[in-house]
Amino acid sequence: MKRETIIWTVLFVAGGLFLVVRGTQSDHGLGRQYVKQVRVNPQSATDLRVKFKEAPPTDRQAQLSIPRTVGLWVAAFFTLAILSFLYRDNIFYKIAESVMVGVSAAWYMVTAGFWEAIIPKLLANLAPETIGSWALPDLLKPKPPDPKLLSLVPLVLGIMLLCRLLPRGGWIGRWPLAFIVGVFAGIRMIGFLEADFVSQIRSSIIPLVVMTDAGRVNLWASLRNTGLVFGVLACLAYFFFSVEHRGLVGRLARVGVWYLMITFGASFAFTVMGRIALLAGRITFLFDDWLWLIDPAGKRWGP
Amino acid sequence: MLKSTFPWLIVAVTGCVMIAAFFVPPLAEWKNEAGAWFEILAAMAFVVGGANLFAQHLKKISARRAGWGYSAVTLFSFVVTLVVGLFKVGVIGEDPNYPWAGHYQAEGSALWWLYQFAYQPLIGTMFALLAFYVASAAFRAFRAKNTEATMLLTAAFIVLLGRTYAGTWLTSAVPDDYSALTFPGMTAIILGVFNTAGQRAIMIGIALGVAATSLKVLLGVDRSYLGSDGD
Repeated sequence: MKRETIIWTVLFVAGGLFLVVRGTQSDHGLGRQYVKQVRVNPQSATDLRVKFKEAPPTDRQAQLSIPRTVGLWVAAFFTLAILSFLYRDNIFYKIAESVMVGVSAAWYMVTAGFWEAIIPKLLANLAPETIGSWALPDLLKPKPPDPKLLSLVPLVLGIMLLCRLLPRGGWIGRWPLAFIVGVFAGIRMIGFLEADFVSQIRSSIIPLVVMTDAGRVNLWASLRNTGLVFGVLACLAYFFFSVEHRGLVGRLARVGVWYLMITFGASFAFTVMGRIALLAGRITFLFDDWLWLIDPAGKRWGP
Repeated sequence: MLKSTFPWLIVAVTGCVMIAAFFVPPLAEWKNEAGAWFEILAAMAFVVGGANLFAQHLKKISARRAGWGYSAVTLFSFVVTLVVGLFKVGVIGEDPNYPWAGHYQAEGSALWWLYQFAYQPLIGTMFALLAFYVASAAFRAFRAKNTEATMLLTAAFIVLLGRTYAGTWLTSAVPDDYSALTFPGMTAIILGVFNTAGQRAIMIGIALGVAATSLKVLLGVDRSYLGSDGD
């Protein structure tokens, strides 16, 4: 047996033993989720249906939930499987990656596609009564609206878009694609010019000498505003390629590069912090929700 | 004509209507309608994408190409998520007369389970993994070789420290009158002056770029979105 295989076998066995010992020998075990039954409609005398809500194990009505406990272990497996890529590519990582691709593709199709767009924005317009009596009862109040035949246009365009899947006649899909591109180009052009171009320029037109209420110069605020306006102009000078970056323009552009480098440094720091926060979240999940080694929120009886 | 000119006409007309709707208030209704159509077509595009994913992985499995087992896992998770999501498996509607009216991701439903215990941990950990790779890449690539690189490194170092307790603690001895010299103070200056100026210039540049690209598309100068004639 290879040395590497022996090391991994030992690690897995040790990890498994730890889980078994922790699960059987500690006071409260580990990795379980509890739920309690609640009435779907507590006010109704006839509707006696119940649903399950997550509950802390200390709750008197709490009962062990097998599906959620299995889910917790599945989530822990996926977390460890993805983290295992830090060592190197392996079968567990690849399985987790494949699941992620499949689940996320279908999840977007179901949520953003079907239940958030096709049902309420297309089918509800074409057949409000049918859709209202099936999945959107709010449509029927106070009375169902008249069918909107104009919605046949996106239906037809949508079917044409599906033609891209055909081996021949895929060009038919260009028409709806052209619609998407046209709408996107129009909205984005105005949106960017209004929200970014004009508003950013407007925000940069600020007094360079700031006065206090007592009529004196606020040196710090003045320096700040001057540095800001000068920085914007310097960065724009760097982005302006119609003039050769020589002489005054060149020096200004060089200062613009310095501003941009500091900006990129700050962005880099924020990116690292964001990722570290996510990592902390996953580590907390493993130690708190799964292994019950910590209990910072006091959700259970303590670690 | 049908393959090239007509799609461009659609682009030009819809784009111009979107722009006109901003300046002519009565056209705003058209803009809202086009926005709704856009969402419907985007939903249809999800179907095209899903079908493509399905076909590609199915091809890989049937050809028994290397890694076909992973494709089987992808297909299985794709189909399971799709079925439980479309059929709202485990969803309990508030009104018993409308069992399909419950939210597709209500607590306890199968799609909720998949989101909570598969999608969220996988996406969260995948992005968390980048923390290591960003740090490792930075260690290998960032060298204070010149003024610009030194400025980038220094700014990142100050912001990282300034936004954490360590930075506050390290410069806690600095008197309040000189708070600008503490890590949180320096971070505030970097973010308030340098970062704001840089981001502002970048955003102005992006806005001009988007406007220019949009105009090229609307005027038919750029038709690359149509693909080649063989498509």
